[in-house]
Amino acid sequence: MTDEPKRAASPEIWPEAQPYWEAAAEGRLLIKTCNNCGEKHFYPRPFCPFCMSDDTAWVECSGGGEIYSFTVTARAPVFQAPALITLDEGPVMMSAVIDADPAGLAIGQRVRVTFVPTADGQPIPVFRPE
Amino acid sequence: MATTDSACIVGMYEHPTRKAEGISLAQLHADVARGAIQDAGLSLGDIDGYFCAADAPGVGGMTMAQYLGLNLRYSESTETGGSSYIGHVRHAAMAVAAGKCNIALITCADNQVATRQFLGLGGVSWRGAPEVPFEDLYYAGPAALYGLVAQRHMYEFGTTSEQLAWVKVAASHHAQHNPHALLRDVVTVEQVVNSPMVASPLHRLDCCVMSDGGGAIIVTRPEIARTLKRPLVRLRGAGEAVKHNNGGKVDLSYSAGRASGKDAFAEAGITPADIKYASLYDSFTITVVMQIEDLGFCAKGEGGRFVADGNLISGVGKLPFNTDGGGLCSNHPGNRGGITKLLEAVRQARGEAHPAVQVPNCDLVIAHGTGGSLAGYHGGSTVILERG
Repeated sequence: MTDEPKRAASPEIWPEAQPYWEAAAEGRLLIKTCNNCGEKHFYPRPFCPFCMSDDTAWVECSGGGEIYSFTVTARAPVFQAPALITLDEGPVMMSAVIDADPAGLAIGQRVRVTFVPTADGQPIPVFRPE
Repeated sequence: MATTDSACIVGMYEHPTRKAEGISLAQLHADVARGAIQDAGLSLGDIDGYFCAADAPGVGGMTMAQYLGLNLRYSESTETGGSSYIGHVRHAAMAVAAGKCNIALITCADNQVATRQFLGLGGVSWRGAPEVPFEDLYYAGPAALYGLVAQRHMYEFGTTSEQLAWVKVAASHHAQHNPHALLRDVVTVEQVVNSPMVASPLHRLDCCVMSDGGGAIIVTRPEIARTLKRPLVRLRGAGEAVKHNNGGKVDLSYSAGRASGKDAFAEAGITPADIKYASLYDSFTITVVMQIEDLGFCAKGEGGRFVADGNLISGVGKLPFNTDGGGLCSNHPGNRGGITKLLEAVRQARGEAHPAVQVPNCDLVIAHGTGGSLAGYHGGSTVILERG
């Protein structure tokens, strides 16, 4: 019998971010774009943090990105490599790199999104090397 | 309104404890308040302004006003993490200059080590904070958020672990003279880089201590300050800024200090070359390197080379810093170091630092705080103080 990998605490789901978490449960990563100024933003808000327009829309990301920065925290209970990922769509998001030798991680390294379940089952996006 | 020439620091006190066994949180705040009021030669009834952050128990400043018996015309509880108290000096200066109060008290204190509560940033609630589900699930503890910045600094500027280690080495040289410091042993670069990795590239000795304790500061107008017996320490300039992740346009190469420092130096009408002593927030060694660059003591990216080879050691280098041992060696009450940055800056300006670390002719000093997360949102607060 193998140990189940430790799971992260589950996210508290605000009404404004409900589609983000529903998409995550389907293995899709959503971010917000602004129909007024064209800027994309993360984390998702019901308005644009660049122009304050409330004409925003969800867009599905390709899932690709690169490591903007990372840190190896060997004693952390769940994710040993927290990382900031520059999505191919532009915004940088906080996440973690999994299934990688920590000694081999590098800024600029290509990664691709995947989803892991949290304590109550809600999946969250993490990344693994391409 | 310029805060320049508008206020003086006339009282200060640092609690000697580093583990506040048997002392309540309210009493800790009261102990430091009484110490600063006595240092200034004032009495309780003279205080008509009170400034605190979320480490103070209860509701804003009201709980402590009742506990202490303060009769307030002005109270404020601006919360910018560990930088709060440096910002409070600026706010107090504006309040006394505007006649909204005459003598302002600022307190910081925490006892989470003794009470084994480990609340993170003392007193702060993240209830409803929108970033939490998108950020906090991925890391455990604040060191990761500074490791991300250090890793990026190394990538962009070639900064090394050995250079970061020099910050801790300098702090330890100072801490050996502070009988209250938690860590008084002088350490070497090799000891720092060989200590266990906590959040790469940050080692255990790149991290500040966890401690209890606290301190207090008294701010008043120059005409009142001149009637008191303590050496005059004037506020020459101040600045504040908040930096955040900017909707995902993340740039970890600089901190809020770039903006707060610019305003403070402009208000003071001086340049970094005029500064004799610097109290720099030292939650982690990388925090110091970032601030040295952002405040203009060297060009962006040169901070690692600047701090190397003892350049921060009093009597040795060009920029003596944190001569009490700082957060890296002495104390970091409630994970909030801003008050201790003010205390040692005032000691240096008064000429009351330990003789082994007192900077000669120390007429202009700076105290700067970074409160919150260097990789996320944080406040930057800067004050420039002048003797006399």
